[in-house]
Amino acid sequence: MKGRTGHRARLAVDMIACDGRGLCAEVLPELITLDDWGFPIIARGGLPPELQGQAGEAVRLCPKLALRIER
Amino acid sequence: MDWGAIDSGGQRSAAGWQRRESRHRQDPAGPRPARPPGQLPRLLPDGFTDEPTHLGEHLARHGPLPAWGGALRWREELIAEVELAGLAGRGGAGFPTAKKLAAVASSGRRAVVVANGTEGEPISAKDKVLLAQAPHLVLDGAVVAAALVGANEAIIVAHSAVSDIVKAAVVERRRARADRIRLRVVPAADQFVAGESSAVVHWIERGIPKPMATRQRLSVSGLNGRPTLVQNVETLAHLALIARHGADWFRAVGTAREPGSMLVTLAGAVRWPGVYEIAIGTPVREVLGRAGGPSVPLSALLIGGYFGSWVDAEAAAALPFSTEGLAPVGGNVGAGLVAALPASACGLVETARVTRYLAGESAGQCGPCVFGLDAVAGQLERLADGRGASLGLLHRWIGQLRSGRGACKHPDGTIGMVRSALEVFSAEIDLHAEGWCTGTTEAGVIPVPAWSQS
Repeated sequence: MKGRTGHRARLAVDMIACDGRGLCAEVLPELITLDDWGFPIIARGGLPPELQGQAGEAVRLCPKLALRIER
Repeated sequence: MDWGAIDSGGQRSAAGWQRRESRHRQDPAGPRPARPPGQLPRLLPDGFTDEPTHLGEHLARHGPLPAWGGALRWREELIAEVELAGLAGRGGAGFPTAKKLAAVASSGRRAVVVANGTEGEPISAKDKVLLAQAPHLVLDGAVVAAALVGANEAIIVAHSAVSDIVKAAVVERRRARADRIRLRVVPAADQFVAGESSAVVHWIERGIPKPMATRQRLSVSGLNGRPTLVQNVETLAHLALIARHGADWFRAVGTAREPGSMLVTLAGAVRWPGVYEIAIGTPVREVLGRAGGPSVPLSALLIGGYFGSWVDAEAAAALPFSTEGLAPVGGNVGAGLVAALPASACGLVETARVTRYLAGESAGQCGPCVFGLDAVAGQLERLADGRGASLGLLHRWIGQLRSGRGACKHPDGTIGMVRSALEVFSAEIDLHAEGWCTGTTEAGVIPVPAWSQS
């Protein structure tokens, strides 16, 4: 499925697995902000190609393996 | 849980749920000719009854299901007929039934059907009444659905108040060798989120009534990895009638976009609270009229369910009871609940109570739901009590929680209801800020279980 800006890939969180450690928002502040309880809010519109590298890093760093890239 | 609160004097008395023992009643008129398509009720028995319809009576009224040989062509034709009928799910989400059927049918693997009669919402009663009064129509629908998607088993998850009635109906069918499909009844978990599709599958599979973090659709991989059709019990009852009478018959009532009849639970300040069957598109005023109309002057209606919307009673009165018709006031038919709020009650107090209940009913799996709904409920309680809530915080949190923040739609549904309350009761919010409350009746017009209010 294509996001609003036409990017095929998108970030997704398994909110059951997520523990709100917040590393993802530090690595990828362009697309991930934290809510008032520390849980990630993913920006709409999909994953732009220029942020793919950072996104991959965020996925690898998540200690709960809760973040993934869906294509 | 006090079910009596909503059904005292109701036409479709819920007292019948408890009464399992019953005599077999023969229809004195014998088999009836096909009923006119416009005639209601379609699903519920005619007139007052608090006994389940037995197999003989059921067949006398509706006739037998059409015979099929499991042929692929029959399956395709009936799914096409369901699409023509425009049947949409009656569990709250309103998803087109034909699409769901086709998705599961196309898997090519042995599928399974789950008839969802969990109805975890405290004041909704339509699925319980349907299962208690017309269990065979639901079972017919489950059997038809199973044949359509290539399943040899259908599991009926029924609210524990009515599961024995459904079990008895299954035994009756087994004795009559009515079906080639295995029917199994599982008493539902009595929790709000237990009715969510993946939670129902989780409950059957592992006895845990919580939504799952499903990456694949249930139609691809559901119960024990099998393609799974989860369908509300009322939807299946309509399917059983479409299989008999076809799409044109089904569309004879309802609106062009939302055809057919639907069951509604009318609760709160109406004369005879209970479950009624209406044509979709009936003006809201007439829908309330089925329950004898308002028992006192009203200020607002909670439409759709606890995940529904508050709407101004006067603005809604002339609108058609359909998702299209209610759109101008931000409502949708949801799971068919209408709860009427007396003008003497405070909408903010009621909203705070319902929100606190919903926050407590979180499955406790996702952070935004656990912490966010609790925080929102807390601010609403301050608002209701006149303790000086921060509307800014409330709106900030609503923005953070409004869409897609959980594994299921529990936060989305709760926040949607809260947003509507802040709009509809905006005048009351201003008054509360000044230390006034217009409410003169005791809180609790919209019932929630006692445990949630401590």
